[in-house]
Amino acid sequence: MKKVSVSFTLNGDLVTAEVLPNWTLLKTLREYFELTGSKEGCGVGECGACTVIIDGDAINSCIYPILEVEGKSVTTIEGVASEDGTLHPLQKAFLENNGVQCGFCTSGMIMSAKALLDHNPDPTEDEIRASIAGNLCRCTGYVQIVESIENAAEMIKQEK
Amino acid sequence: MNKFDYLTPTSISEAISLHESYGDQAKYIAGGTDVMVKIKEGKISPQYVISLRHLQGLDHIIYEKGELKIGAMVTHRMLELSPTIRKEFPILIDAVENIGSVQIRNVATIGGNIVNAVPSADSAVPLITLGAEVRAIGPKGKRAMALEDFFIGPGKTLLKGGEILLEFVIPKLPPHTGAAYWKHTRRAAMELPILGVAVLISLDDDMQTCTEARIGLGVVAPTPMRAKNAEAILKGKKVDDEILKNAGKAAAQECKARDSIRGKAWYRRDMVELFVQRMAIVAMKRAR
Repeated sequence: MKKVSVSFTLNGDLVTAEVLPNWTLLKTLREYFELTGSKEGCGVGECGACTVIIDGDAINSCIYPILEVEGKSVTTIEGVASEDGTLHPLQKAFLENNGVQCGFCTSGMIMSAKALLDHNPDPTEDEIRASIAGNLCRCTGYVQIVESIENAAEMIKQEK
Repeated sequence: MNKFDYLTPTSISEAISLHESYGDQAKYIAGGTDVMVKIKEGKISPQYVISLRHLQGLDHIIYEKGELKIGAMVTHRMLELSPTIRKEFPILIDAVENIGSVQIRNVATIGGNIVNAVPSADSAVPLITLGAEVRAIGPKGKRAMALEDFFIGPGKTLLKGGEILLEFVIPKLPPHTGAAYWKHTRRAAMELPILGVAVLISLDDDMQTCTEARIGLGVVAPTPMRAKNAEAILKGKKVDDEILKNAGKAAAQECKARDSIRGKAWYRRDMVELFVQRMAIVAMKRAR
């Protein structure tokens, strides 16, 4: 099988990758770009550890065919903080509210939460829980994660 | 994962002719949330995966003169966020809001869910209950089928090699019609249903007499099914608790529930009896 090239915007930069047609977006992110923040948990779209944002929508990158990314804009956890290293309010809130324990679900959680807050800056608890229904955490019991997202929404409001 | 070539045709005729050239080695892919998983798990191993995502005109939601058309490539999330669907077809919201996760719903298409034809397909039961027709196109041209007849077994449909779903058409419903769907699960999210129950009821101008009743059941037979004996009990009657109870019992009797890892047959029958009644009450509330 021959490699083909795919071009898309990755965390704000236009990139081109040489990939095999059967690769997923997650494999390309982790193995070609060496962006290992997005995790492979279940590999079949159940656990959400691989969540990234494509054109504003959270998706499971582990089952997203790489060639469907052509021309699109992908944001991963590595593209969430500012270029100068200032953390995004979600990242700050997860740290401050103990939203992280083992950390394996965290990048996916933050990407799902970011997609939510980008569309809906003032979500209810139910809306927050619905937005992370596809992100499994086996440590926290979700309480601190929900609190972190609520806190991030507050921080974003105050920044404005 | 097996090696495959990933093809991205931009027209329906190109997609069909690619499928014609590769035959059994080809597999269409829509959102991919089922196809990619099947490939990863080694259940299928196509040499050529043909994407339907670049075909134009398959992602419409059009509501005109009471008729609803939903393009096959419409995602579950598009339905969930459509104000028209929320207002006019809340039964579809009952179903799509509880399918997978946001990540899955952003990608998974309604056409893909139907073509995959698992007995637990949550979108199938409400669509059947709404009387949806499915339109497809293939090497031999276009055709239309009642969605109710479309499923012929677990994972099997009337679709022939190379055919592509175009859209679902829900004909205009009678006045004073309401419909509701219940996905019965143990947990709120990321679950396949233990069973699914959809009820549609049209009322006469007296708002009590049932002029049309349709009951759709999921998971309790090899394919989504209509409970026609139960429907007959409701039709033409002034609906009261007694009649609802009889309809529930009839539906439980005519379903073909089996024991499975997600639920026992006796439990499923009991829940069919219960939720036919409850969904009928919600449907009548929505009709009024």
